[in-house]
Amino acid sequence: MTSLFNEFDLWGPLDPAADAGYGEDKPKRKGFFTDTSICIGCKACEVACKEWNDVPADHFDMTATSYDNSHSLNSNQWRHVAFIEQPRQRQPTVDLGMPTRRPAEDDILGGMLADGAEEAAQDGVPDFRWLMSSDVCKHCTHAACLDVCPTGSLFRSEFGTVVVQDDICNGCGYCVPACPYGVIERRRGPEGAKNVGIAQKCTLCYDRLGAGQQPACSQACPTQSIQFGDVEELRERAEQRVARLHEAGVMDARLYGNDPHDGVGGTGAFFLLLDEPEVYGFPPDPVVTTRDLPRMFRRAGAAAGALLAGAALAFVGRSR
Amino acid sequence: MIQGSNMAEAHPVGFQWVMEAKARGAKVYHVDPRFTRTSALADKHVPIRVGTDIAFLGGIINHVLSNDLDFREYVVAYTNAATIVSEDYVDTEDLDGLFSGFDPESRTYDPQSWQYESENGHGAAQADSAADQEHQRETASGMQNESHGMQVGAHPRRDETLQHPRCVFQILKRHYARYTPEMVARTCGVSEEDFLEVAQAWAENSRRDRTTALVYSVGWTQHSVGVQYIRTGAILQLLLGNMGRPGGGIMALRGHASIQGSTDIPTLFNLLPGYLPMPSAGVHDTLDGWIDAVRLPGAKGFWGNARSYGVNLLKAYWGEQATPENDFCFDYMPRLTGDHGTYRTVMDMIDGKVKGYFLLGQNPAVGSAHGRAQRLGMANLDWVVVRDLFEIESATFWKDSPEVETGEIVPEQCRTEVFLMPAASHVEKEGTFTQTQRMLQWREKALEAPGDCRSELWFFYHLGRMVRERYADSTLDRDRPLLDLAWDYPVHGERDEPDAEAVLREINGYEVETGRPLSSFNEMKDDGSTLGGCWIYTGVFKDGVNQAARRKPGSEQSEVAPEWGWAWPANRRMLYNRASADPEGRPWSENKAYLWWDPEAGEAGQWVGKDVPDFELTKSPDYVPPEGSDGVVGIAGNDPFIMQGDGKGALYVPQGLVDGPMPTHYEPVESPFRNPMYGQQGNPVRKEYDRPDNPMNPTPPQLHGEVYPYVFTTSRLTEHHTAGGMSRYVARLAELQPEMFIEVSPTLAEQRGLENGGWATIITARSAIEARVLVTERLVPLRVDGREVHQVWLPYHWGQGGIVTGDSANDLFGISLDPNVLIQESKVGTCDVIAGRRPTGPALRSLVMDHQHRAGVDLDPGSPIVTTGPASEVSQHRDPVERWGPDDDSSDGKTP
Repeated sequence: MTSLFNEFDLWGPLDPAADAGYGEDKPKRKGFFTDTSICIGCKACEVACKEWNDVPADHFDMTATSYDNSHSLNSNQWRHVAFIEQPRQRQPTVDLGMPTRRPAEDDILGGMLADGAEEAAQDGVPDFRWLMSSDVCKHCTHAACLDVCPTGSLFRSEFGTVVVQDDICNGCGYCVPACPYGVIERRRGPEGAKNVGIAQKCTLCYDRLGAGQQPACSQACPTQSIQFGDVEELRERAEQRVARLHEAGVMDARLYGNDPHDGVGGTGAFFLLLDEPEVYGFPPDPVVTTRDLPRMFRRAGAAAGALLAGAALAFVGRSR
Repeated sequence: MIQGSNMAEAHPVGFQWVMEAKARGAKVYHVDPRFTRTSALADKHVPIRVGTDIAFLGGIINHVLSNDLDFREYVVAYTNAATIVSEDYVDTEDLDGLFSGFDPESRTYDPQSWQYESENGHGAAQADSAADQEHQRETASGMQNESHGMQVGAHPRRDETLQHPRCVFQILKRHYARYTPEMVARTCGVSEEDFLEVAQAWAENSRRDRTTALVYSVGWTQHSVGVQYIRTGAILQLLLGNMGRPGGGIMALRGHASIQGSTDIPTLFNLLPGYLPMPSAGVHDTLDGWIDAVRLPGAKGFWGNARSYGVNLLKAYWGEQATPENDFCFDYMPRLTGDHGTYRTVMDMIDGKVKGYFLLGQNPAVGSAHGRAQRLGMANLDWVVVRDLFEIESATFWKDSPEVETGEIVPEQCRTEVFLMPAASHVEKEGTFTQTQRMLQWREKALEAPGDCRSELWFFYHLGRMVRERYADSTLDRDRPLLDLAWDYPVHGERDEPDAEAVLREINGYEVETGRPLSSFNEMKDDGSTLGGCWIYTGVFKDGVNQAARRKPGSEQSEVAPEWGWAWPANRRMLYNRASADPEGRPWSENKAYLWWDPEAGEAGQWVGKDVPDFELTKSPDYVPPEGSDGVVGIAGNDPFIMQGDGKGALYVPQGLVDGPMPTHYEPVESPFRNPMYGQQGNPVRKEYDRPDNPMNPTPPQLHGEVYPYVFTTSRLTEHHTAGGMSRYVARLAELQPEMFIEVSPTLAEQRGLENGGWATIITARSAIEARVLVTERLVPLRVDGREVHQVWLPYHWGQGGIVTGDSANDLFGISLDPNVLIQESKVGTCDVIAGRRPTGPALRSLVMDHQHRAGVDLDPGSPIVTTGPASEVSQHRDPVERWGPDDDSSDGKTP
């Protein structure tokens, strides 16, 4: 029995815009390479994004979680800078979702480093780290949000990005649980804001791209932590950067989302991290939620076939 | 080296170049009281006790000198290391922290004993007395107005072997011998290992083949010893050969856009454009007297042409009315009669001596030290004009300040009339910004300002025009300066906006006859045939072209990028760049080649290289000035520091600083510690305002410092802009840091029962404020002088106005100032921290006064300043009042 799907339609390497039917003259796939090793946590990306895309400011409470007062990516936060304070004596494992880990009680001895920290410092690992990382919609190669959208509001742009059309979205919310990163969300407020009830997320500034401009966030980034460009070229640049950091002794440096063979076929927006993805609040092994569709369809098909065969057999038997 | 600066956080755009340098292999060290966003990106962070940077850097100077790590060839040729000092000089080593010449009565130095030894006595350029220094402290003119450097004789005695016991090199060595790694650790709370790592890295990355850049910001300047902090950095950079060379230097990061511009063309009481001094009554009574005070006959260098600079400025002010016959209207210039600094003015407001106040882009109700004094002062004016983007606290103090809550200001009775004038923002007006690198960048107007919002240029031009119209018929002599002003700028558009380029053209200067713009200040004449508003800016309109508007991308020009904007002076991107070549004019090394002498170039050789030479183009390295010469002629071919009186970089400053020829560690005015180094506790000549409304927390040797046991420091967050006037009122910025908070270490949180996300109250002798608690390991307790000390940190962005509101950290500070430039000590103080929110209403003052009472502050608001020698016998002890805990009687703050 032939599959309804090609092998890489729902996972694995793919040029998403070509797959969506854009012709040869389409632009190259665009994306972000966010190098968190040079992020200074200034939040200029958050502000530029909100200004350009008219995303409302609605949260005026201090979270008391390092300098992170914007919580998470959500319908009113299309860029989100995470702040992770890592004290002395990092543990080999991390607590999911907790931005700060408490040190052992004897960690601080009147300002002198504890023995463990000195050892850590000797290993080339700094004794205290403050990690900052600007998160954004990943613009997956295989975007579950788009796959499950019943209205066609979510579409694959010629740049290979995933964009919501506000005037087509009916607010059904199917996309929300489909996203493996928890990025997309229906806007719940504030009152009077536009698109309340509509699914909202980063468009990779589709309007700016169309005008030959780069997205607002990367334009505003003072240290080029957020780099915009052709995904293919960015992936090469990222590989080189990791290699350079490894040479410089920063052995924690790694890429996240750059692998076309990962669970979402690689992401259009990928990251250089200095620790495990969980530390930054990223899922360690994201899988496009529609990845299992072929298998599900195949099994459903097989089951249906078996039923049909059984039924047919029954008739055949009776006819004897 | 980043010290006294949170560059990533307060200067994020400039920090991109640090990140680029790091990507190319540079190591970044950050020495700072707490782990900041800058530390996060640095290779190494060293926590330090606030207010001990001189001890730390002095330790590095000692490390360099005791291990012969200085760049000796550079030091001998280009600094005053070889210069011999008067035999009357006595060091702090022998006077327990004081220099020779100290008068405990007036708390000033007579600097005669600090002078260079001269072949024939002291030169004319070295004539200051104790009275001079007292005057300099009052008028912030100690350093001959900031850019002059020291004014010394051109030809002092030198010993190039550096062996003479009284040569600067040996004096420096003795002065810093006490600053050992152990002493640094004891004073700064820095481990010896960390200290040595920084010292070694700095020294190893300097000298012939390498250079190290030093970055500081207001973390260094805002101290009662602020100028000497920077001097320490300068000494170290000179010893290591890092001045005037690529990749070296000292980067003084400015606090926001065009702060550099506002000292070049100043908004300061003591300066005129181009760092010419504001004349003082009785000191600069004639044009010649004023010019000579700048020029200092007998000194070398480009200040020798001061007459041209001064005359061109007067011509720019009074145009055709300024003639050689009337000394170019010099008598029209206002004169200083003493201290007219911002803090003196605030005290005078409280005392009812000031009637009106203009505030432009400034929010002192939140942004200046001792907020309560600021607001009480403004509430005692006839009128205040506030020009700002929003209705900031300095416009609303009369109706909603903390003093309204405590009943100290009654809105119905407050007599101050507030004029709030809406201002155009930076995108709604054209003009220049001058940034840290002295670079002017022209801004285009992007859109018309809404409604009544107007530019500063519009406001002042039309204000001046209207005032002049009202005085037009006056025949009084006293109105002539106003009526004779050259006040005619072309205006355009419906709003009669003055033409900003016309103003820039006048600042640049031009030939009066032809209107031809001058191309360099060397074209300025002192006979009235040219005029120019700021001599150092001459050239910005060279060839009639707005050079500041140039925007050639860096990728299309050399690494120095001379065609992006325009840098003063003369589009020179690096000052003193003659020092990038050796005495013979060759690059010190291929790696660090920048400027060099090419004997083949021009007619008889020229300086060539990557930048505009900061030296006479054709003066050869072997030029020897004629005997007894001064001014420009007196600069030898190997004198790179062309604005200094002897052409040399100053390791030792015989003239110009009122608090000593070399930096010395003094404790902050409020400190929990006795000075570990000397008997003298704090800066002995600091400027103090000893008044009951400016009480200081007790500091050793006074008793009761334990009432305010913690050290606090304040600074900025990336998310907000200074006093918040541009950020707290803008939703998308306000939400990023929505509440005032205090950062405390987990240890202190445990000690004081503070909960993360809960509330804390911070108390000083001035006020008490509340803040949300952020418990963070970015702050660590330090071990100082055998004791553990906790430091807390506060951002100072909040006030009662805007979308997000909170208490103002500046309310906690008192007013005590650096004696050279009158900057306030607003980076360090002591405080108490208790859990929970502060009381409201009159109970707030009761809380403050209860603490004051326990500390004895209510009996003696000042502190002993001279703590060494016989003078220290007086009043080291406040009346010991042992009363802990609340007491009903204390609510009125009176003595029990």
